[in-house]
Amino acid sequence: MTMTAELAGANAQPSETISEFERDFAAQRRRSQRAWAIGTVLFLVIFALTSWLGDFFKITQVSMPDGSREWRWIIPAGIPRLGEYIEQTIPVLRWDSLGADLTNWFWRWKIWMNLLLETVLIAFMATVFGVVGGFLLSFPASRNLAPNKWVLWVTRRYLEIARTVPELVWALIFVFCFSVGPLAGVLAIGLHATGALGKLYSEVNENIDMRPLEGVKAAGGSWFDQIRYGAVPQVLPNILSYTLLRFEINVRASSIIGYVGAGGLGQEFRTAMSFQEYTDLSALFVIIFITVAIIDYGSEKLRHRVIGLEDRT
Amino acid sequence: MSSDLSLQKVSRHFGETRAVDDVSLDIRSGQFVGVIGRSGAGKSTMLRLINRLVDPTEGAILYEGRDITALKGKALREWRRDCAMIFQQFNLVERLDVLTNVLIGRLAEHGFVSSMAMRFSDEERAMAIQALDRLDLVPQALQRAGTLSGGQQQRVAIAKALVQQPKIMLADEPIASLDPANATLVMDGLKTINREDGITVLVNLHTLDTARAYCDRIIAMRQGRVFFDGTAAQLTDDVVRDIYGLEGLREFNEAVTSTSVHSSVLA
Repeated sequence: MTMTAELAGANAQPSETISEFERDFAAQRRRSQRAWAIGTVLFLVIFALTSWLGDFFKITQVSMPDGSREWRWIIPAGIPRLGEYIEQTIPVLRWDSLGADLTNWFWRWKIWMNLLLETVLIAFMATVFGVVGGFLLSFPASRNLAPNKWVLWVTRRYLEIARTVPELVWALIFVFCFSVGPLAGVLAIGLHATGALGKLYSEVNENIDMRPLEGVKAAGGSWFDQIRYGAVPQVLPNILSYTLLRFEINVRASSIIGYVGAGGLGQEFRTAMSFQEYTDLSALFVIIFITVAIIDYGSEKLRHRVIGLEDRT
Repeated sequence: MSSDLSLQKVSRHFGETRAVDDVSLDIRSGQFVGVIGRSGAGKSTMLRLINRLVDPTEGAILYEGRDITALKGKALREWRRDCAMIFQQFNLVERLDVLTNVLIGRLAEHGFVSSMAMRFSDEERAMAIQALDRLDLVPQALQRAGTLSGGQQQRVAIAKALVQQPKIMLADEPIASLDPANATLVMDGLKTINREDGITVLVNLHTLDTARAYCDRIIAMRQGRVFFDGTAAQLTDDVVRDIYGLEGLREFNEAVTSTSVHSSVLA
């Protein structure tokens, strides 16, 4: 018996409404248990199927240390190789010759610093393009602000295409058009950022209070006046916050995009791999890690200051 | 004198509901007109029709003989400037300062570039400060509108309406969100503007005593139709009972309705 029934037992007669509740409650519990059971079975089946299709259970031939070939499960056979790869990228650093070892590790530092600057500048310029494009297009792409449904449809589709195609694919296209170099990278990341930011900004726009816009309209303001005076002041803090976040993402994107020739540090990954200079990979990783960490930290400070200013006023 | 604002058989339907149903009205310049009625009686829609925030389903609205229901683009924006609108929820931009909020009343005169740059002339700024001065709000001019009290915000909205240099001022429940002291300030402000500037005022009201105290003419609406149109003296208790209905009067907050009406209904 359930607790409510026991409690009700203290009274001489459990009332009709309580016993009715008991029935409803039991029925509801049975329904939710059944839903959970079905959901769990479905999940397990789909998981097993995808891992089977993804070769998780493949059995492959592996060379043994004594030179013989053996059949092994692919996952336990492959994991040690990950260690081997990482081990290759780690430089030899000895305490008594640390300076020389470090110079050896970062032997291309002059080139790398130039490329790092290029990487950050690509990210900066791409963010500028993305913010301008995304900001302007976010208003016609908002359900509550679009002047008509055609404009809404066209801008939304444009933003979707811009952000669905990954930066690397845009970069391949722009390298083909404008040849190798940072211009292609700026355009590729900028276009992708336009799509991503336009979407985020338009979601901010859709949550605003429409009354100020009505106030501007009733005073004789045009659609642009309504946006400029009614909407923009409301969305500005959120826009700034998303923009800083996007800059961080763009730095990561621009550090890899050189792999297809679109400028920045990424091209060094390719060079290092083709010359089998594996320690260069760890050096590049350290450089990118430090840069991204600094930018993350700085923009987080800035974002919090902006939010802090908001709270005060 | 001829009628300056004229509604001719104006209707507005929202699906099955007839929010405004075959309303004909003539309003002379300089009148202070109160519109009363239960919520949902179509008062708000009627004001929105005049300002063209809502378009009529049928009928025409004329101003000085010109059909304003046909206006588009620049002409429509100029008409909206000419009939300033004041809202129950003030509809200010809370994150902009008071002065800029008042200057929004000048936007109909601006081109694209100066408006986007928020660039206003010194004359316009002087005009805005004078309007704020009339409503005793100059000390708050550089504060953000959102930091002001409700009564102050509504007075900012009136100042914004003033710099539009309108011919008509439409006020949609301007005091419904305010306490009595602030409500009096706002109504006095509207009355002063009506007397000194000769601006026609059309105001939706919930409170009968306010309508009686301020309005030259009272229009009562019920289910989208004009039910009563006359002076405050002609608005007898019997008429009031018909406007609100017995159950409507009971729904009414006692603090809102005048007590004399309430007791007379019970008697």
